[in-house]
Order: sequence, then structure tokens, then C-alpha cells
Amino acid sequence: MIRLEINGKRQDVDLPGETPLLWTLRDEIGLTGTKFGCGMALCGACTVHLDGQAVRSCITPISAAANKKVVTIEGLGTDAVGRALQAAWVDVGVPQCGYCQAGQIMSAAALLRRTPKPTDAQIDEAMSGNICRCGTYTRIRSAVKQAAAKQGGAQ
Amino acid sequence: MNAPADLSLANVSRRRFIQGLSLSGLVLAVGYPSASRGQEKKKYGADGMPNGWVDNPLAFVSIAPDGTVTIVCHRSEMGQGIRTGMPMIVADELEADWKRVKIEQAPGDEKKFGNQDTDGSRSTRHFFEPMRRCGAAARMMLEAAAADRWKVPVSEVEAKNHEVIHKPSGRKLGYGALAQAAASQSVPARDTLRLKDPKQFRYIGKGQLKLVDGRDIATGKAKYGIDTRLDGMLYAVVARPPVYGGKVASFDPAEALKVPGVERVVEIEGSSAPPMFNPVGGVAVLARNTYAAIQGRRALKITWDDGPNSSYDSTTYKASLEESARKPGKVVRNDGDFDAAVTKAAKRHQAEYYVPHLAHATMEPMSATARIVNGKVEVWGGFQSPQGTRDNVAKRLGVSADDVTVHVTLLGGGFGRRSKPDFALEAASLSKAMDGKPVKVTWTREDDLHNSYYHTVSVEHLEAAVDAQGKPVAWLHRSVAPTIISTFNAEAKNEAPFELGMGVINVPFAIPNIRIENPEATAHTRIGWFRSVSNIPHGFAVQSFIAELATAAGRDPKDYLLEVIGPPRQVSPEMLGDTWNHGESPERYPVDTGRLRRVIETAAREAGWGRKLPKGRGLGIAGHYSFVSYIAAAVEVAVDDKGTLTVPRVDMAVDCGPTVNPDRVRSQMEGACIMGLSLATLSEISFKSGRVEQDNFNAYEVLRMPAAPRVIRVHIIPGNDYSKPMGGVGEPGVPPIAPALCNAIFAATGKRIRQLPIRDQLKA
Repeated sequence: MIRLEINGKRQDVDLPGETPLLWTLRDEIGLTGTKFGCGMALCGACTVHLDGQAVRSCITPISAAANKKVVTIEGLGTDAVGRALQAAWVDVGVPQCGYCQAGQIMSAAALLRRTPKPTDAQIDEAMSGNICRCGTYTRIRSAVKQAAAKQGGAQ
Repeated sequence: MNAPADLSLANVSRRRFIQGLSLSGLVLAVGYPSASRGQEKKKYGADGMPNGWVDNPLAFVSIAPDGTVTIVCHRSEMGQGIRTGMPMIVADELEADWKRVKIEQAPGDEKKFGNQDTDGSRSTRHFFEPMRRCGAAARMMLEAAAADRWKVPVSEVEAKNHEVIHKPSGRKLGYGALAQAAASQSVPARDTLRLKDPKQFRYIGKGQLKLVDGRDIATGKAKYGIDTRLDGMLYAVVARPPVYGGKVASFDPAEALKVPGVERVVEIEGSSAPPMFNPVGGVAVLARNTYAAIQGRRALKITWDDGPNSSYDSTTYKASLEESARKPGKVVRNDGDFDAAVTKAAKRHQAEYYVPHLAHATMEPMSATARIVNGKVEVWGGFQSPQGTRDNVAKRLGVSADDVTVHVTLLGGGFGRRSKPDFALEAASLSKAMDGKPVKVTWTREDDLHNSYYHTVSVEHLEAAVDAQGKPVAWLHRSVAPTIISTFNAEAKNEAPFELGMGVINVPFAIPNIRIENPEATAHTRIGWFRSVSNIPHGFAVQSFIAELATAAGRDPKDYLLEVIGPPRQVSPEMLGDTWNHGESPERYPVDTGRLRRVIETAAREAGWGRKLPKGRGLGIAGHYSFVSYIAAAVEVAVDDKGTLTVPRVDMAVDCGPTVNPDRVRSQMEGACIMGLSLATLSEISFKSGRVEQDNFNAYEVLRMPAAPRVIRVHIIPGNDYSKPMGGVGEPGVPPIAPALCNAIFAATGKRIRQLPIRDQLKA
């Protein structure tokens, strides 16, 4: 039995310790907002926060997440930065198919917490691990800047 | 010119085409006998699609007593914004308050809703009018109900923003209060409908509405096919033959069954060529979660029989395409006399262009869930062709389509891949093998890249003879590429009319001698529709070659391109040998060189064409007509001393006729720009010993944010005249990007790219 804390809620799961956090969230706990895209930390669709750091849940075994705070897209709205990003995403009309956007927003939230006033280069760098096949990159940049501005970090 | 008889396969939709093939096999591949032509009046647009259109408000609109208006969206949402755009049309005519509108996704049921094949960039142009009529009819039913209630002539009442007003007295009734009475009104006849004056549109063309799914997407609540969860569901992954056409020789499930969480191992039956939409077969591992299934698959021991395609090799195949492209092939258009013109011409130029196989690589890998209860089959997933999925599942399981329900979720990207329901058939077969238990099949990224219906691979051979001023007097284009038809008829070796009509045969150029040839090519894998389809290689070759001719003539590439297109005029697609014309009427949708010129001029002007650029910078331009829309792109590049390419800015001009949701037109152009840059710079699927060499995003690369242009500016040619024909939006933005980019690279560096992807071709 492995004890996880997900979005502030304790969850005990009876799975082998090497099971990736991604599939534990999606298949066992039912939090499907975290997406599968590649399984090799190449696309960022599965990004969650582990003690505030953005990690790729597809290569994070649950044994490594035990007794740490996991935040997924479903829990991001409890945080001001998260709410600002989600609002900016809607306002700018970022999503096309939308599948990658949970991971994009999780990466952006980790960036803004670390760097409240990111430059273009810092945004590109922080988001380079997140693929959007629909090609919403220019709008993602705009939304990150808009959220940063709303948070008082205008550039 | 005369179109050869075997080019007469006009206006076939994908599904009708396939249905036709399954009935008559070879006959279609060599064309209808000419005697049978003309017997049936050709149908165009939505009329020409399977099950056409429906404009019955009872199928699309319902109103609850609390006033909530529910509008059904029958087209699949894959990022184009159709779940916002289509209901917006209905709501506008209905005079509904958008804040009180809910959207419901239709299951696959074309008898009820009309055609649902969400492909070919067709949704808005085919359903704008039927959806307007739906909304208008529902509005008139509300008005009639109110007039009855007040016992006044219907001419005295008017529906406005979710209520009906009695004009003389100012009395009002909300839509909720009228809902029940309105539902019992008869649906007004089509010729009595009063459509709004477009000046009164509240939503259409305004672009102020947010995406209906935006909030759910941003908060993780949006549900895609892969998110389906049913009680007692098993999670499956499938080991498929590594070579297309291969099959399982033998397998041993023992080790897989030892993996914790694995419950069953089941063989999935494949099929013989042609591939159609059938699963490729293989061995499925069913488990309590996806990870256990993946681990179980790793432990399987399978011996494969690789079958007839085990020597498919992209390097040798490219050489064979080049060899074919250098010899005469089937003539598919012949204006004037190319050979005679060449002998008299001042100079001759030629070039060849290569575009490799591509995979759609939707961010959501293929996934579908199926369950069978008391003989009733239910399937969930992201399908571009809900009715096609339904029909194919029914056929696979040997049941009636009436017993199959296809629930359509959001699609995590489509790009043509989800037009093929092979993954749904896998889920249905596995559920059947498990006595109807719910089974979700999930493809890994490796499965996705190894088992796609790939974009074709092509060599485009172009020759031109020019006069003393460098103006082309003769044009030869040989296009060689395995055809999508091979997926439905293993013998097919020539491009179909719908492929030739994507920018190779229907070039509207002011050149007196034009010969288009199509030598044969044999497919060794599953070839399928990929966003923009054959327009990608054709547009790349044609727009690159014209720029090469401009350089040879010492002319400005934009001016030269406009000169090759010639003066503004409307050209019948039939005159160009194009019997297909994207399924649209040649009268209503002629090829309009004036519109093509205008987007090129607009993109050039907005990009500051002709401005002085620093060393290592360049501007390139290209214009392409596809999906009955006109798009031009002006790309600015910077190439540093080490050969590192960046794209600071792209200007795109689009003329797609009148628009419903201009913000989504913009977003589709932005996305098309990124996808165009992806395929131009990075992406390639290659085969070795019949196996795809790329496993994941480390080898099949797509554009990431740092490589995205800083600025993509989209210039929409104003389209407020809703009597004018609409064009497509989802696909036509892609084709001009690669040639505009490569033309810009030439301007910046003097290096001409003729083979995609560029990858490290610019490296010093």
C-alpha cells in the first residue's frame, strides 16, 4: 500500500511501487485531467506538480511520490497563479483540441511560481518540454504573459 | 482539354468512395465506364455527401421549461472549434441568448443529423445553411406558440434574445414558458422560413464568443476518448505486427499472464489486403490498468510472419520514385503541346522535390472503449466519422448498425487519423471476446507512429521552358506518390482525381502548354488522409519551382508568381481537368485567380515585402488554392552562421469567403502555420525492413515552442456577404507554409531546399 496526497486528499493505492503516477491518477483514482501522450517524458501532456515542482507523471513511479504533495490540473484552481492561468487560457482562446493544455498549464504554473515576470526566452525555455500538435504556441505565450500581468508580474 | 475517361470519379466523399469500392472493387480504380456517366445528375456540396444534410429543428434543438436551449452538434470537435461554431449559427437564427445555450454532442446517426464525416474542411460550408434553417424554424415555432397564446396574428410578434414580444402591447414571454407549446407546433415548410438579414446577426461573424469547452479544457474536466471509464472496465494494449501485412505466427502468453494486474491475453484477428479500416491484428493484453497491460505486452512472446512488405525501405523507395518521375507517365492534363514549345523555348529548367511519409501524431493517441449488453453495442471515442465507425463496428461484429451506438467524445487532435476507426474495431472485438465486458484499448505513442495511415511519400518532378524574358511557356509536372486508394484497393497505383485535384492538375496558370503526368507508384503501407493531404507535396513543389524560375529570370518572386497566375479571372475547374473540385459545384466554386492574387498581394503587403533585411534574413512567399479557399503565406526567416534557422514572423492571408467565427479562422491558420513548419523542418516517417524507424517524439520530431514564430499574423479577407460561397478553413492553411519557408531560406542564404524535412540541411 502506497500513501499519496493528491490535491490535498490522502489516497492509499495498492499497486506495485514502480507504477507510474500517470496511470495511477488516471486508471485507479479516476483523475483523467492528466493526459498520456508519450510515456517517455517527451511531450509534457502528463505534467503534474510534486511538492510544487513540475514533473512528468508518466515516468514518476508512485514510490517516488509517496508522502509528497501531488497537484494535478483538477487541483490547480485552489491556487491564485493556477486560477489566473486558467482564466487567461479561456480569455485568449488558447485551446484547439485542448488535449495537451492541462500539461501546458501545469508547466506554466510552475514557471510563474518560480519566475513571476518571465521573459519570452524564459517562457519558451520552460514550455519547451510541452508539445502542442495543434500549434497553439503563440497563444500560450500570450496567455502566460496575461496571467503574469494579472499577478502583478507584467512585462 | 479533354479529361481522360478515368478521371471522371468526381465528387466522391471518402465514405461513399469506400462503399463503392467494397461493392465493385476494381471497377472504380480504373474509373466508371464513360457510358455510365451523365446518367445521374452530379450532386455537389452537402448534397453529394452520404446522407446529405438535415435541417429539422426537432433533431437539433430542444428547449427546457427553465429556458435552457440545448443545441446538438453533429460534427466532431477536434480543435477547429466546431462545437462553438455550429451551435452559434443555430443560436443566432433562433435569437437565443448564448449564455442560456447548452451543447450536446450527437452520437453517430446520419439518418437523423445528416452527414457527420468531419473531414475535408467541410463542416461550416456544408452546414451553415441547414443550421440557419434549423434555428429559424425553431424561432418561428416559438413565435407561433406565443401568437396562439395571446390570440394575436403571428405578424405582430417577434422573437428577440430569448423571448417573444407582442409588438403592439409590449407583452413578453420567455422561451422556457413557450417551450412546450412551441414543440407541438408543426415545423414550418422550408420555403416559408424567414431567415435573418445578416446585418442582424448577433454572433455569426463577430468572433466574440469564447469556446464552449474552453473552461473544461483549462480545468481538466474535458473528456476525450482516452478518458472513458466504465464500471468493470478492462484496460487493453495490443502488440501489432511490426510490418504492415504481417501476422502472428505463434505466441506464448504465459509470462504476460504472470504480470500483476494482467487478466487475459486475446488474439485480435487481422485482415488481408487491402487494409480498409480493419485492425491490423495482433495480440491484446487486458489488465486492471493501462500500465499493467503495457507491462504484460512487454512480457509476451510472439513470433511474427512479416508478410509481403518486409523489404519496404524508404531510401530505396525514394530512388524508385525518382526513377519513375524521370520517365513519362499517365498523362492527366495536356494543354497545348509541351514538347513543341520546349524545342522553341529560350531556356529549360527542371527540379525535383521530395516529401516523406508523415504521421498525424495527434496528442491523444488512438483510444476507444466498447461494451456489449444484450446484443447492443456501445462504443466511445474521438471519431471523425461517427457513422462510419458505427457501420464498420457493425460489420466487424456481424450485427445491425441499429444495434450499435457510437458516442463521440472530444478528439485529442484528428488531422485525418480519426477518420479511420480501426482502433474502435479493436475495442469492439475485444469486448466481444470478453463476453461484452467493457474494454478500453489505448495505443501507446509507439503504436500510433508504427500503425498510422500515413501521409503518402512523393517525388514531384517539374520542368519548364521559358521565353527570352524568363516567362514560362511550357510546364511539365510529374507527380509520383502511392495513392490513398491503395488502402481500399490493393491494385491502385495512380493518384485519384481527388489527389490530382489537390494542386497538381488544377493549377490556374497563364501558361499555354501544360502537361501533367502521373506515373505509377505501389503502396507498401497504409496510406491515408493527413491534414491538407496531397496539397502538401504538390503545393511545396509548385510554389518552390515558380520561385526557382523567378530567380533564374532575375525577377522578384512575388511579381513573378502573380505573372504566372495571370490576370484576375474565373477558371472552370473542369477546364483544368479537375473533375473533383473538393466536391463542390464548378459553377459556384470556380478557381478564381483574382482571389488567389489578392491573398498573395495581401500577405506580401502585410509582411512588408521588399523591405531591406539584414544579412541572414529573408522573406519568402507562396499562395495555394485548396478546399475551395485561397491562402498565402509570407514567411520571414533568420539563418545564422552556423545554419540555425529561426522564423521571427509569418503573415498569412486567407480568403475563405464569409466567416462564422473569425477567431477560429485565425486559430486554424496559426495552427496550420505551426504544423506546416513542423513538417517542413523536422518530421519524417521512414521505413527499414518494413518497419517504421521512429518510435516516439524523440525521433518523430514536431515543432516545440522555442521554434515557433514569435508572431503569426492572420489577415482575413473581409467576408460579410453571406450569399457568397464559403470555403474550408481546417486544412488549407498548411500547404503554403513549407514553400514560403523554403523560398525565404533561399532569399536569406541562397540555398534551395528540395527535400523535406530540412532538419540539418542548413548546418555549416
